[in-house]
Amino acid sequence: MDVLAANFAEILFYTLAVLTVAGAVGVVTLKNPVHAALSLLFTFLMVAVLFVLSHAEFLAAVQVLVYAGGIMVLFLFVIMLVNVKKLAPGAAFLSGIAPLAVVGGVLLGVLIAVAVLFGVLAAGNGDGTALRMVDGHEIGNTEAVGAVLYTTYLVPFEVVSVVLLVAMIGAIVFGRRSAALGPGEGETQP
Amino acid sequence: MIDANNYIALSLILFCIGIVGVMVRRNFITVLMSLELMFNAVNLNLIAFSFRLSDLAGQVLAIFVITVAAAEAAIGLGLIIALVRLKDTVALDDADLMRG
Repeated sequence: MDVLAANFAEILFYTLAVLTVAGAVGVVTLKNPVHAALSLLFTFLMVAVLFVLSHAEFLAAVQVLVYAGGIMVLFLFVIMLVNVKKLAPGAAFLSGIAPLAVVGGVLLGVLIAVAVLFGVLAAGNGDGTALRMVDGHEIGNTEAVGAVLYTTYLVPFEVVSVVLLVAMIGAIVFGRRSAALGPGEGETQP
Repeated sequence: MIDANNYIALSLILFCIGIVGVMVRRNFITVLMSLELMFNAVNLNLIAFSFRLSDLAGQVLAIFVITVAAAEAAIGLGLIIALVRLKDTVALDDADLMRG
């Protein structure tokens, strides 16, 4: 059983690695930006499963929420905003993509479940337990990350919040309509 | 168990694909996507070493990397919007306003 579990992990890892690289190649090679964005989404999700496989469950959730949820929506939003002229009215690519999206979602769920199952199996071997320990108690990865983040790395955490604030202000400044105009011309706009 | 070398090799391949994408593509949006690919490769490396060394510092550092990646995406996409407003293009070759 141990041999089977070990081989199973190898097979799972190499399958995920091949899928991740295939998605990455798709990002670089696909001509349609929407297709490239969906390929990037696939890569993000595969990397999330790889995170689960290496006992970073909290980061896998963050990866899905921030990358697959936030950043991808931002990318697709900008693509839609920019390529308005190229997209035909009532563009039909969503209906063709929907079955694939369902299949991909089910596949991702199965993969995450299998990875979590394997993570539980590996925990018995003493691997990855240090990533779930808080004050000598084994609680969970999320609690352990939080305990380290808000104690040892509190100052970098605060600095990162300043980085986010600066990025937010910068994005707003770039996004203003008058930012594209020369100095003084912006004031005349309502 | 999966050796950490496998993770490092995968991270290397992903990073190289990202670099190729940044260098080859003309579309600003796709270049930003390739940058995100490189951020993901870095995160994969950090997670692999966190697991290998049983140290949570790698995971915390990966959270910071994700934060910076989100900030970079927001500013980069804002730049795309500004470029489209100014020149009506997303091709990086056409962004030559400061060329002498």
